Amino acid sequence: MATSVLIGAWVAAGLTLCMFSFLYKDNPFFRFGEHLYVGISMGYTIVRIYYDVMVKSLYAPVTQEGKWWFLIAAVLGLLVLTRFIPKISWLSRISFAVIVGFGSGVAIPRIISSNILQQVQGTLRPLLGNNGQSLFGMAQLNALLILTGVVTVLVYFFFSIEHKGPIRGMARIGIYFLMINFGAGFGYTVMARMSLLIGRFDDLILFGSREYGYASLVLLGMISFGLFMWERGRTRTEPPPD
Amino acid sequence: MTLFLRRTFPLILTFLFGVAGALQYYIPHPVSEAALTEVSVWLRIILGFAMILGIASLCHVHYAKIRIRSAGWGYSLVVYLSMLATVAVGVWSRGQEEGTGFGWIYTYTLLALQGTMFAMLGFFVASAAFRAFRARSKEAAVLLTAAILMMFGRVPLGEYLAPVAGPIAGWLLNVLNTAARRGILIGISLGGIATSIKIIFGIERSYLGGRD
Repeated sequence: MATSVLIGAWVAAGLTLCMFSFLYKDNPFFRFGEHLYVGISMGYTIVRIYYDVMVKSLYAPVTQEGKWWFLIAAVLGLLVLTRFIPKISWLSRISFAVIVGFGSGVAIPRIISSNILQQVQGTLRPLLGNNGQSLFGMAQLNALLILTGVVTVLVYFFFSIEHKGPIRGMARIGIYFLMINFGAGFGYTVMARMSLLIGRFDDLILFGSREYGYASLVLLGMISFGLFMWERGRTRTEPPPD
Repeated sequence: MTLFLRRTFPLILTFLFGVAGALQYYIPHPVSEAALTEVSVWLRIILGFAMILGIASLCHVHYAKIRIRSAGWGYSLVVYLSMLATVAVGVWSRGQEEGTGFGWIYTYTLLALQGTMFAMLGFFVASAAFRAFRARSKEAAVLLTAAILMMFGRVPLGEYLAPVAGPIAGWLLNVLNTAARRGILIGISLGGIATSIKIIFGIERSYLGGRD
């Protein structure tokens, strides 16, 4: 095994355990890991911006392809940085105007097409049945449920008319659909986090093997001892509660 | 003149770029497609500079903590040192990740820290749910049932104990959940279009910040 892999295993196991130590309580090991995460993320982002944006998207097109008009984007980018100088910070508005204006303009037709028309089409088309399919099958029942859900949820969010009589009834059904959506979303999120957790435990088990010098076990012992000493130091320095 | 530059000129730019962006969709010509690609690169460049703004702000916060030696300033030093080390290794590796020190940092530190950070959220989401989820009303009961069915049906144990759990979870996700999600998506989209139109026509100006 390469030395870099072995060192990497020890580092990854140590940092994973530092972060997991928060499950006990907020402590210096977790804070170290947390701040290291922020620092490394920032450093990684800086490097990626430099090579992917500044070099690949700006420097190379200007110097190698002669796309001088990309310099206008660079000037607009520099104007964003005038936010640091209060006297001329209004210049950054020019850049924000370009970003927000173009973003808004580009979004309108695309939202209409993909988020509204295609969603409406996807809701209504299954009701009509496909080639040779029965009009009264399970697929149509599901399609009818989806149509009911879409309409009632939209009614719930429609505040221009008072929710009274049949509108209130429809809005109530809409709430139930929304609750199912929130519940399913919650369950799905928890399961996604659990799969991440399993991944981290998988790594810890792997790094705890003999091949990796029992990295996870050794580091777990060291962090536990560190936490014990930290707690001991705290109870000595902190006055007892009244 | 200054007022024009400060207030009116950005609004004119917003309008022009907004209308051009919207019209581009309806002009299926190679020149129009090329223009969209070029302006998208422009936006990437501008957003790259905007990221510098964010990073600089964060650096400023931590620098202030170190300067006045406030509580936990040592952790701010960790932020600085780890950031500088990552940048140094990244530049040394010329931004390449395959088989370099920069790739090593990404694999063994960033991925490990990120994965654990998000994995831990699972514990906190679950413990918060345990304390907050009470079937006090019919709506809350529906939410609770949907969440339990979803979790139960998405693990091998759930399907082993009750083979019908998987299909029920699938149906819940693909039919009832889709219905609500589509309704929400259409609502959000209508709101997004309204906001975009307000921005293009200068009715919504909060993105410009400030008063003048």
